[in-house]
Amino acid sequence: MIMILKRFPWHIPIFLAPAFCIYGLFSAIPLIDTLRLSFFVEDAHGVRSFSGLQNYGFLFRDPIMAQEFWNALWVNCRFFMINMLVQNPVALILAALMATAKIKGVVIYRTAIFLPTLLSVVIVGFIWKLILSPVWGVGETMMSWVGLEAWFGPWLGQQETALVTVSLISVWQYIGLPMILIYAALIGIPDELLDAAYVDGSRPLRTFFQIQLPLIYPTLGLVTILTFVGNFNAFDLMYTVYSGAGGGPEKSVDLLGTLFYRTFFGFASQIGSTTMGATVASLMFVIILAGVAAYFFFIQRRLLRFQY
Amino acid sequence: MKKIQQALQPFTVHVILLSYTVIALFPVLLVIMNSFKSKRGIFKDPLALPTAKTFSLVGYQKVLEESAVVTFFANSMIVTVCALALILLFGAMAAWALSEYRFRGARLLYFLMGFGIMVPIRLGTVSILNTMVALDLTNTLTALVLVYVAQGLPLAVFILAEFMNQIPKDLKEAARCDSVSEFKIFFQIILPLIRPAIATVAVFSMIPIWNDLWFPLILSPGESTQTITLGVQQFIGQYTTNWNAVLSSLSLAVLPVVGLYLIFSKQLIRGITSGAVK
Repeated sequence: MIMILKRFPWHIPIFLAPAFCIYGLFSAIPLIDTLRLSFFVEDAHGVRSFSGLQNYGFLFRDPIMAQEFWNALWVNCRFFMINMLVQNPVALILAALMATAKIKGVVIYRTAIFLPTLLSVVIVGFIWKLILSPVWGVGETMMSWVGLEAWFGPWLGQQETALVTVSLISVWQYIGLPMILIYAALIGIPDELLDAAYVDGSRPLRTFFQIQLPLIYPTLGLVTILTFVGNFNAFDLMYTVYSGAGGGPEKSVDLLGTLFYRTFFGFASQIGSTTMGATVASLMFVIILAGVAAYFFFIQRRLLRFQY
Repeated sequence: MKKIQQALQPFTVHVILLSYTVIALFPVLLVIMNSFKSKRGIFKDPLALPTAKTFSLVGYQKVLEESAVVTFFANSMIVTVCALALILLFGAMAAWALSEYRFRGARLLYFLMGFGIMVPIRLGTVSILNTMVALDLTNTLTALVLVYVAQGLPLAVFILAEFMNQIPKDLKEAARCDSVSEFKIFFQIILPLIRPAIATVAVFSMIPIWNDLWFPLILSPGESTQTITLGVQQFIGQYTTNWNAVLSSLSLAVLPVVGLYLIFSKQLIRGITSGAVK
């Protein structure tokens, strides 16, 4: 009798185990545990007890807390809008110029524009703080070259201009990523398609808007969602530029990330709380999840992916 | 319409790209340039190149006298290299299992990892800190390495799996016919084949690890375990009035990332364009 014993494929769990153990222990489970902690309160001795929705009730009813939360959410939305309106269109233009115009030196441009992305936010924050500082006067001098010195102001310190200024610094730093993704998508379009368009008498601009652009919609979608997640999770730049999680002048650049840090660890006179921190983190989780889900349901399903 | 098209001559394109390149590079160059100047030179004419009269290395002296900077630098190196090695090894193993073998639950595991790409690990910070306290790992580099591996794995698994799907079947089947073990197939055939993808993943994972401020601030703010990012942040805070030192420490902190990028950049572009990131 011949028996073929099918052995248990031990190699599969062995391949999977290390990655999923570390990911589970230090990413997935902490996330679930944070959601759980948001339903608990902690007394002065650190003893936790279940409290249902009490933390959320406090967050939305306490006048100071509620005001801070809605402010942070609104600031974060505007931060995201500025990034979407400036960073991604400029990235698209730069990538299109590099990919479609047949010019030399693309590698140099690409590397240079990508460089700020590599720098630590700490460095970026300080560089711009120095440049925009009225003490050093670099910004003012440069504006005087074009006769605009009267417009110069302490932009980072003024309540009205702080958010736009910080957002533009963020754009300056991170534009390399969308640029390189869009660039890669553009040069991935097969030449035959573009040649066919050319033979049919399509001019470069028309070819771009009616052939190349629609073909890279999936990449533009990816860029949008990456910007969204990155922006609603931002923290470092604000922390560096405003030397701590204070939220800038009159909290005008207080993002959800800085609010989270402040409620968790405390800042200045405010005392930190683990469970309130978990509550803010849980709300951020809901917001990010809602954004990502909306993207997948409403946008991604309508995009066609092309296999060349 | 015709005018716009004429305007898009190579010359115009160069001018546009060059202008943006100047915007991208100018702040960095400004800092590096001024780090080589005396205090007087820095303030009197910040936009001038260092001349014989204004040249000075006093800032660098100040920074290098701080012996802690070397420690911070070494910490960052250790954390980044260890985390990167583990992300690449474990990520490739998991990607191989998920893309090659059919088994129950594969889709669920895929989804679990995909979740990690979209939801930032920072949101679990409260609980991560609790775990690290329980494991007695606060103020250790191990804590940072573990968190960064967890942070980097999802993207690594996805990019590598996409790449592994493109490896021709014949190659693996031929090896299996010769009854080569699954482990040997993976380590000796597959790993060498996906080198460009590995470089792409390395760059994408390395940048956020090297530059992260959040986890060092929370998990290991102690003097002996600070990373260079956190160290520079605090160093600059201490010396805000000593502009020489600030500018020099900024310049020094720029160097390593740029070096690493130049090593990987060729592979990076090849990796992205050949479909590693889609």
